[in-house]
Order: sequence, then structure tokens, then C-alpha cells
Amino acid sequence: MSIFLTENSKVIVQGITGSEGRKHTQRMLASGTAVVGGVNPSKAGQTVDFDGTSVPVFGSVAEAMKETGADVTVVFVPPKFAKGAVIEAVDAQIGMAVVITEGIPVHDSTYFWAHAQGGSTRIIGPNCPGLISPGRSNAGIIPANITQAGKIGLVSKSGTLTYQMMYELRDIGFSTAVGIGGDPVIGTTHIDCLQAFQDDPETEAIVMIGEIGGDAEERAADFIKANVTKPVVGYVAGFTAPEGKTMGHAGAIVSGSAGTAAAKQEALEAAGVRVGKTPSETARLMREIVGG
Amino acid sequence: MDLFEYQARDLLASHGVPVLPGGVAETPEEAEAIAREISAPVVVKAQVKVGGRGKAGGVKLADDPETAKARAQDILGLDIKGHITHKVMVAQASDIAEEYYFSYLLDRSNRTFLAMASVEGGVEIETLAVERPEALARIPVDASVGVDAQKAAEIVDAAGFPAEVRDQVIAIAVQLWDVFSKEDATLVEINPLAKAPDGTVLALDAKVTLDENASFRHGEHDALEDVAAADPLEAAAKEKGLNYVKLDGQVGIIGNGAGLVMSTLDVVAYAGEEFGGVRPANFLDIGGGASAQVMADGLGVILSDPAVKSVFVNVFGGITACDAVADGIVSALGLLGDEATKPLVVRLDGNNVEEGRRILAEAAHPLVTVVDTMDGAARRAAELAA
Repeated sequence: MSIFLTENSKVIVQGITGSEGRKHTQRMLASGTAVVGGVNPSKAGQTVDFDGTSVPVFGSVAEAMKETGADVTVVFVPPKFAKGAVIEAVDAQIGMAVVITEGIPVHDSTYFWAHAQGGSTRIIGPNCPGLISPGRSNAGIIPANITQAGKIGLVSKSGTLTYQMMYELRDIGFSTAVGIGGDPVIGTTHIDCLQAFQDDPETEAIVMIGEIGGDAEERAADFIKANVTKPVVGYVAGFTAPEGKTMGHAGAIVSGSAGTAAAKQEALEAAGVRVGKTPSETARLMREIVGG
Repeated sequence: MDLFEYQARDLLASHGVPVLPGGVAETPEEAEAIAREISAPVVVKAQVKVGGRGKAGGVKLADDPETAKARAQDILGLDIKGHITHKVMVAQASDIAEEYYFSYLLDRSNRTFLAMASVEGGVEIETLAVERPEALARIPVDASVGVDAQKAAEIVDAAGFPAEVRDQVIAIAVQLWDVFSKEDATLVEINPLAKAPDGTVLALDAKVTLDENASFRHGEHDALEDVAAADPLEAAAKEKGLNYVKLDGQVGIIGNGAGLVMSTLDVVAYAGEEFGGVRPANFLDIGGGASAQVMADGLGVILSDPAVKSVFVNVFGGITACDAVADGIVSALGLLGDEATKPLVVRLDGNNVEEGRRILAEAAHPLVTVVDTMDGAARRAAELAA
């Protein structure tokens, strides 16, 4: 098993004809993902060729779903058009929309999140690397060849820290790794992933990577205390970040005494989570738990 | 982007929110001229993006233009919590009968917008929220619906505004939503929202934060940027499209991905504890691509920082494999030539790492040391900067 994304997932790409969409569709296909179509209203009826695989382009998400049975969409469209793209996916009632796009105005992401409430679409991101169930499917931009399938579940706000952790623990491997994104407003949270990993029989232990800003890690700590029986190790980035400065991710900002790394670490440790001082130490803690 | 009070005031006024007449001055003479135009007692307020300016002597009353000039003279140049005052706002002074509070903000935890309102304004709202939470109404606003007169009435009534100002505050609440939504703000806070003795309700002070991700639809917001206050290195980096934040340490940092770079800063700071408290000199995320040109631009900015004693290049080769990153580093050093003067510690990991390390070993640049682990490389970079 894995969470959210399986070998049966049928993936479409919104923005497949753009340079990023094209590059990463190629990579998703190469890692064995069933990419069944793309969406671009002005290029409907055409196909895009990737080393011998011909992917059809549809005029809308609804049409792509009808023709291919797609249940996952990966959104690469530029910030200006991202709100419309996600709303379209939600209205078509696709199972999951993975929003890779960085730089979406928060009024737009808050709007499409509100719009998706009560609907049937899980939103991952925005400003995220997507998610991968190694050996099964890869929806987004996570490099597939740095790790393998295994028994660790990973949830992270950061892309490259996800890659680092997947690589350090590549001999043990991962059930699913989810990059939930570094924006102030995101769809799927640490808590959603922790719940899914707790329920997934294949996942034996969980790595949770957080960073400064907001209180998602503190709330995840409360959730772990009450609901997670599997071992969790944690890492928090941003201890040296000064107050009031945005550190790369739009959501990574310490405001006054809120959102500091120290507070997050303290909350996680109080919930019984072992927190590493560096990514490598975090990987070692996980190794102690699952062996190998 | 946080706005100065005078910028926030102008933005509010452009959406019809009632404010007092006034203007911004950079010299005592300009302050005097504004006071003369207002021809009434004025208040001279330091324009700094930090709270507590009243206590620091940054807000003064003046009964006539000459006094306004003198007060502006006192306040201009004042250091308020590390922020130097370069501008003052001169606004008509108002007698205040009652002070209220009103704000819209992004509520990250609940992934929605939030209206907060209180009839006990004029104080630190954080203090009020802790000490008398019942006095602060908190009403979620659905981003896909917004605030109309009916929603505004719900907020205003929840806060218990008196009947004689209810209609005025409802109208202002709708106007403030207009500011919040149309300007892509993440915070619009009026404190105090004041009732004058004649019963008129006015926004006397405002804090506005705008979302820089929305700049593609707000060309006019570019002019609001405080170019003068920007760190020169940050300005140079911004010009090259680099995601750079100046910090106060000695180890220059380049990495790919915001999370990995934040983590690199921490790991360097830990390692630096052993070497007399050496700390990271900057945040710089060169993104997933890590091309030679971006690497050269990044190194250029970092090496021009006189505080930098050593540089730590920490790249995880994912989408761009390590051999390409190593090529990028070698070409960047070639592009920089004699400008590259400080030792570089490079840590590469991920795809094609052996080939990447081989390329760096073969280039054998005298300034470059390759260390295999992130923790070890951080330690070496800290040692070189000590």
C-alpha cells in the first residue's frame, strides 16, 4: 500500500505543453507513472510525444477524465492562471489535484481551498514538489531515482529536504513521500498525511519535516499525541531565521514570537517525537527505529 | 511587503475609507508646508515599520506650522528600535471620543480570512486578545464569498459597536474588505478606528501588508517598495533575480531549495558554536536548476559581502544531477576569475554524485574543498571563517 497515490493512479497534467510541464511529464513517465493525458484548451486534440509515448491533450479536465478515467491532476500552469486551473479540477471532481506552481497569490489559494470544501478533490500544495509512491507512481517533480519503495512514510514542507531524507534512507525505502508545500495556505496538511500513514499497513514509521512559520507543526504534535501510534521522527528547519524575514518559501516567516523553530521542536518532543538537530541526525534516528 | 503608515493611509483613502487630511515629509520645511496647508493643529508621526514609536518619541503634536517644523526636526533621523526615521507623516490632529479596532487578516491555521473587531481599540491588540479575549470579536470570512453589507453587519454586531456608529462602521468594514481583497493584502489593520467628538468615524492609524506573489497584477505596488531601506546586497541580488536574505554572520551560504538552505543555516550555526560563534552570513536559494550562470551570480553577490570569510555551497542533486552542478561551480569560478577570493566548501549529494565530485577534483581549484557530508562540510566552512 501507499497513501494517496498508487500503481492504479491515472495522472493528467495541466500545463503539459509548457516547458516545466513537458520536462516533468517526461520524468513522471520515465519513473513508471501512468500519465494518461494533458490539458490545454488551445491545444485540444493534439498529442505530445515523450520518447515513444504519445500523450493526448484535452480541452478541459472534465473531458480528460471522461476519456481516460484520470483521477489525479498535476498542475504546472503559471501563477496567473493557477486559480482557474485548480477550480476547474475541483469542479470536475477529480480525486486529487497536485499544485506544483510556486508564487500563487494567497488570495487565490485561499479562494480555491474554500471552493474545494465539501467537494471530492484532495489538494496537495501549492508550491510543492508533489508526492511519490516509489516504484508505483510519481505525481510532481520529486526525482524518482534517489530512493526506492519501502516502509517509511515522509511528509515535508520542503522539496530538497524531502529529497535529502529520501536519499539518506534509500536503503530502507519509502511507502509514500508527500511534499505538502511551503506556502501559508496549503491543501493537504502534515496532519492529513500523519493520519493516512497511521492507517497505511505498509508504513512502519514516519518522518515529518517542518519549517518556521504558522503553527502546523504544533498542531501536528497534538495530533500525534492523540492519534499516532507508529514511531515518528521529526526535523524542523529555520532556527537561525531572523524575525520578520521571509526565507524563500512564502510561508516561512517568524512573526513576533510565533512560528519559531524552537517552539515547533518543543511541541514535537513533548508529543514523544524524536527531533534531529540536522537532516543527517534525523535520518540516523529513523535508522535506529526501523533498523538497517 | 509591509507598508508605511502614509502609504497605507493613501491606499485606504483610494478605496473611500475616511481618513484625516495629511501628507508625508522628508524635511522639516516640507512638514511645515503641510501643516500650513492643513491650517489646524497637526500630529507629526515618524514613518517606521515597527511598533512602539509613540513611546520612543516618534509621535508629537504641533499647534502651528512652526512647531510642526521643529517637531519634524526632532523626529527625522530618530532611531526607533533600529529603524532610522527618514520620513514623517503630518496629519490633522483629531480629538478622539472613542477608540475602536478593526482588521482583516489571513488566518493560516484555518486556511481562511478572519475579521477581528473590538470597541476597545487604541491598545496593543495582542494584549487585548490575551487579557480580554471576550472583547475581541473574531469572525471567519469565506474567501470565496467575501464581505458585503450583511457580513459586515455580522462582524460589527459581534463586536458590539454602539448604535450611533453602527452604520458608519459597517460601511467602513465593506470598504476595508475592498482594500484587503482588491489590493491582495494579507493584513489590513486599523488601530485606532476613532470616533471624533462630532460622531464621525475615521481610520487614524493603519497597518497594511501586501502579498508580493500578487505583484503580477499590481504593477502600481512596485512604487510602494522602500528601496532606500533595502540592504545593498539584497538589492543587488534582487536585480539578478536571486532569492537572498542578508544575515549577520561570516559564512556565505548557497544552496538549492528553501528548506535545505534554511537547514544549512542552522547546521552552520551549530557547527560555528565550536569556533567562537561563527554564523551564516546570508540565505541564498538558487533553486532546483542550479545553472552555471545562477551559481556565478550567487557567488558574485556573496563574495562581495565584506563580512564573508568562507562560503558553503550545499547542493542536493535531484532534478539537476550533481555532475551538472559541479560543472556549474567550475564555470562560475571561471566566470568570476580574480573576483573569487574566499575559500569554498562544497558538499554535493544525490544523483551522479561520484561524477560531480570527480569533476571538482579534476578542476582542482585552489579555493575549493569538497566534503562529503552536510554536517562535515558545515564544520569545515565554520572553521575556515573563524
